[in-house]
Parts: sequence; C-alpha cells; structure tokens
Amino acid sequence: MSTVLTIGSGKGGVGKTTAVANLAVALAAAGEKVVCIDGDIGLRNLDVIMGLENRIVYDLVDVVEGRCRLRQAMIRDKHLPELYLIPAAQTRDKSAVSPSDMVRLCDELRGEYDWILIDSPAGIERGFKNAIAPADRVVVVTNPEVSAVRDADRVIGILEAEEKDTPSLVINRLNPAMVKRHDMLSADDVVDLLAVKVIGIVPEDDDVIVAANRGTPVALDPKSRAGQAFRNIAQRLKGVDVPFMALDDQGNLWQRLFAGRK
Amino acid sequence: MSFFERLRGRKRSADSAKERLQLVLVHDRTDITPAVLEALKDDLLTTISRHVEIDPAAVHIALERDGRAQRLIADIPLRSVSRRRSG
Ligand SMILES: Nc1ncnc2c1ncn2[C@@H]1O[C@H](COP(=O)(O)OP(=O)(O)OP(=O)(O)O)[C@@H](O)[C@H]1O
Ligand SMILES: [Mg+2]
Repeated sequence: MSTVLTIGSGKGGVGKTTAVANLAVALAAAGEKVVCIDGDIGLRNLDVIMGLENRIVYDLVDVVEGRCRLRQAMIRDKHLPELYLIPAAQTRDKSAVSPSDMVRLCDELRGEYDWILIDSPAGIERGFKNAIAPADRVVVVTNPEVSAVRDADRVIGILEAEEKDTPSLVINRLNPAMVKRHDMLSADDVVDLLAVKVIGIVPEDDDVIVAANRGTPVALDPKSRAGQAFRNIAQRLKGVDVPFMALDDQGNLWQRLFAGRK
Repeated sequence: MSFFERLRGRKRSADSAKERLQLVLVHDRTDITPAVLEALKDDLLTTISRHVEIDPAAVHIALERDGRAQRLIADIPLRSVSRRRSG
C-alpha cells in the first residue's frame, strides 16, 4: 500500500522542503521505499537539500510532456538505495503541470513505493493545487509565529473545503528558550489555535543549515535534535506511537555537553 | 520583558500573539469582518427590541471558536417585568 503524502504550508520559508528531505531519508533509512517529488516548479530546491543537484537529467515537466519515461526522471539517492527524487523543472512555471497530471503520475508510482512525498510550493494557487490533488494525507508545516499560523489555518480550511482528510501539523523552528520566557507561541498554543492533530515539533537547530550546506539532511545525523524530531515524525507516519521529546533548554544543554559538541 | 515593563503590566508577547490570532482566525474562517459583525448586531437589536425590552449596552454578540467550527454567540439580558413597571 502506498501513501501519497503532501507537505504544504501556505506561508513560504517555514520548512516544507526541509521536512520533505528529512522525512524521506528517515523513512528510507527505516526500510521504506520512498519517492519524493519537488512540486515547486521554477524554484527547484529539494535537489540541493538532498545533495542530488548534479545528477539531474530530466525533470517533472519532461515526464508530463512526454520527453522521457517516469523512471528516467527518478534520481536515486547517494546513500539510500530505496530513495528517489523527481526534481522540479527550473525554467518553467507552475502552469506546465495540472492536478490531473499529478494524479496520473502518482498512480504510476503507487504499488511500487511505500511513500510518495510531494514538496508543495508556498501559496494556495496552482502549484499548491497540483501538490494536493493526488494526496492521501497532508502534513501542514508551520512556525510558532503569527503569520505562519494564520496561513496554516487558511491551508487547513482549503483542505477541509476540498474534502481531504484533516491534515496533521508539524511545528517547525520552535525555540524553547523563547517559549520559556513567553516570547514565542508554545506548541500547545499553536495546536489550540489550529485545532488539528500535531505529528511533530521540530526545534530551531543550527544543524539544519549545516546539513543544507552539505546536502545531507539532518535526519541522518544521530546527534542532531532536529534530526531526532524528524525521525520521530517518520515513525509516527508509519503508525508507531513515539513520545514527543522534551524541548527544554536544559535537556539541550546536557545533551550537547555529553555529546561533546559545539 | 524588563522589570519596568512588568511594573506597567505589559503583556508577554506570546499572550498577545495568541489573543490576536484567536480573533483573526475566527474572522478569516467565517469571512465575517468586525464591521459585518457590528451591522449584524445593530439589526439584531432592532428586531429584538420590537418584541421585548432590552438594554442595548448589555448585549454581547461575538464569534467563538469551537475546535475548527465557529459559533455566533449572542448574550441578550432581558429586563425583568418588575423593574420595567417601577421604572
Ligand atoms: N528547524 C530548523 N532550524 C533551523 N533552520 C531551519 C529549520 N527548518 C528550516 N530551516 C531553515 O529555514 C529556511 C527555509 O526552509 P525551507 O526551504 O525548508 O522552507 P520552505 O517552506 O520549503 O520554503 P519555500 O516556501 O520557499 O519553498 C532554510 O534556510 C532552512 O535551512
Ligand atoms: Mg521549499
């Protein structure tokens, strides 16, 4: 059984691409067969975050317009043999693909892969509609900030109107020190406001940027806090009940001291 | 927040964020702006006043969240008959 999982947000820059790359490697490392599709046509990014930018020959639009077969556009990951990326086209725009193209493409992948992860572009227009059309499940990423929460609510509203299953929420870039001094919405606040189930809380973590620099997602780093959070989300996606990690400063400090880093 | 700000009773920013978002989300979800809500309240008062005696200042009409659903809550205290007679 395959699950088509789309990651969306409304607001840009909240961590959709980071989430797709990390959930993809975490699922693949846990033995699942995974394909990710970069749905952000014109602003291709998932390739660099996964470190696969040098291997691209064909892209999503080439597949849709019949210039290559689906397999030819699937790039195999460097480390995980059961992980593939279908990159976005860089020189085209969102209108080059339609929602029904996406449904057809995902139907071709269903059966052979356990997970088809789609990285949605920001916004609620064509690119987002393309990304959610084939989705069995949607994960909405937000940050504990007023604009990101408001936009997440809009996206959840649109998914309700389209009669998709209620999405689950990833709260990304939570800063425990700021929450502690009541200068950042807590995870509970965000869940209370949006009234959907939370599937993950990812702390603000410099390792995410270091990992992006290297093109090796942070979920592959056993010591990273954010990496652990993404691995936990991958387990929850598989239906495993993983407790939420304690995100207070002290835990962080102790972990860093004992891990002997930074 | 500095000691000085605390003395003046300034709210923590996360609390402001939550309160403001609560209002914004209800209005976003229903597409009912504060202005529409005001107009609705005026119409409601006029209609009710035609049948029963009420104190317009005591009427409270607001949108409330209930999970992902919204409700229009109207609290309209009625003037008691005895008070009406004596007044
Ligand atoms: N948990 C985190 N800690 C620190 N930095 C983060 C975290 N998550 C994401 N970032 C950083 O935030 C930036 C935006 O992330 P990303 O590109 O994944 O967002 P996006 O939602 O895909 O953006 P867009 O809407 O433009 O597609 C990146 O620089 C990324 O490294
Ligand atoms: Mg992105």
